[in-house]
Amino acid sequence: MDVSELESIEMDLLVQAMQKRHGYDFSQYAPASLKRRAHLLANQLECKSLTGLTERMLHEPELLSRLLEGLTVPMSDMFRDPAMFRALRDQVFPLLASYPHINIWQAGCAHGQEVYSLAILLEEAGLYERTQIFATDLSDRALQRASDGIYPAQEAQQWSRNYQAAGGKRSLADYCSAGYKLLKLNQRLRRNVTFAVHNLATDGVFCEAHLILCRNVLIYFSNSLQNRALSLFRDSLVRAGFLCLGVRENMDLSPVAQAFVPFIDPERIYRLASHLDDLVE
Amino acid sequence: MNVPAAIAIGCSAGGVDALMTLLGGLHVRLPQPVLVCCHRSDTMDILSDVLGRASALPVRDAIEREPVQRSVVYLAPAGYHLLVERDLQFALSADARVNYARPSIDVLFYSAAEAWRQALVGVILTGANADGAAGLRRIRQLGGIAVVQSPADAEATAMPQAALDTAGADYCLPLTEIAPLLNQLCLI
Repeated sequence: MDVSELESIEMDLLVQAMQKRHGYDFSQYAPASLKRRAHLLANQLECKSLTGLTERMLHEPELLSRLLEGLTVPMSDMFRDPAMFRALRDQVFPLLASYPHINIWQAGCAHGQEVYSLAILLEEAGLYERTQIFATDLSDRALQRASDGIYPAQEAQQWSRNYQAAGGKRSLADYCSAGYKLLKLNQRLRRNVTFAVHNLATDGVFCEAHLILCRNVLIYFSNSLQNRALSLFRDSLVRAGFLCLGVRENMDLSPVAQAFVPFIDPERIYRLASHLDDLVE
Repeated sequence: MNVPAAIAIGCSAGGVDALMTLLGGLHVRLPQPVLVCCHRSDTMDILSDVLGRASALPVRDAIEREPVQRSVVYLAPAGYHLLVERDLQFALSADARVNYARPSIDVLFYSAAEAWRQALVGVILTGANADGAAGLRRIRQLGGIAVVQSPADAEATAMPQAALDTAGADYCLPLTEIAPLLNQLCLI
């Protein structure tokens, strides 16, 4: 038996341990990325092998937050894919503006960079005061970081360029205070943000949203789990509500995808199809 | 020796020119899929067009969840790691950079090695950092074949040199001899 086959057994046991010990089911996560993250986590926690990580998973319950963060949280940037944010600002916000109150769900918000990006654009569009953003993630540690809004300053230049490309009206520096190595987003930006734990694999609808952003989260899910999450989005959106996925995501294999029609295709912004449209099709 | 089932190629600085030469030399009836990870900026979306003009085989950015098809050259898209699942479907990841790179060659090579094991050929071309070296070692560890461009022949020597130091190679050749080798190994 070679090292790869051995690691497959170790991954199976790790996923089982996470399920039986902590109740989190990772069996529907895309295996190659999950394995990569498990290896990284094992290194960070100074475990000699994946089995070493499983042992600590079983015997050190206080590690749970750390494990969840390590196994799930992707990196993000502020205004990643600026063209998508520009399309939101120019083409989606004017339609949202017709609602007296706007609910936005950022699903799988990780460390919150996109939450602040969104808040800034809403502020500049004059919509923020009547908007409620629900920022959810399954990792409580990620939510804490998102709420803190503190990031490595080395990213600032790129983020600033992204912000300009997204159609930002001011300077990104107006929204944060920069130290030597860290920058902190202005905490006023989260005055209408509610951070909450929510697991796309197991939890249900919790709000009626006009816009849902879930970018580069479903890429880590199996086809069936992707379909579950998309069902949840369908059931959470208001009539003709908007859904934003990552620009490289593919939902062609998901039966529920039919519920969404492309609104701005290259930016992967979709709109919930109305029932009438469904009948016509 | 068994005929390989797939080819994975990694490169960085100088990689676009090198890929044009290599892909241009591949036989039009090459049955294997060719997976390419070339370091590029997050916004460089035209690489598939550039390489497509040089290649007899179709060149596309890989799409997540799509099955890997024969006789197609797939590129890791800008800003994402490209992985292959064991059921031979593509997966993407937006996880942190690896070796300062996203897409990272190591990420592609590790997953491709697990997917194809001894039936994979890994190729490292010109590049200015050590990405791909650990991945190539993994490919060899699982029985696959390692091909490295001779550092003296490469526009940037660091990447092929790191690959040789870390993984060694079954073949170490100048660029112009790599496509003929792949044709020879892969055509049935």
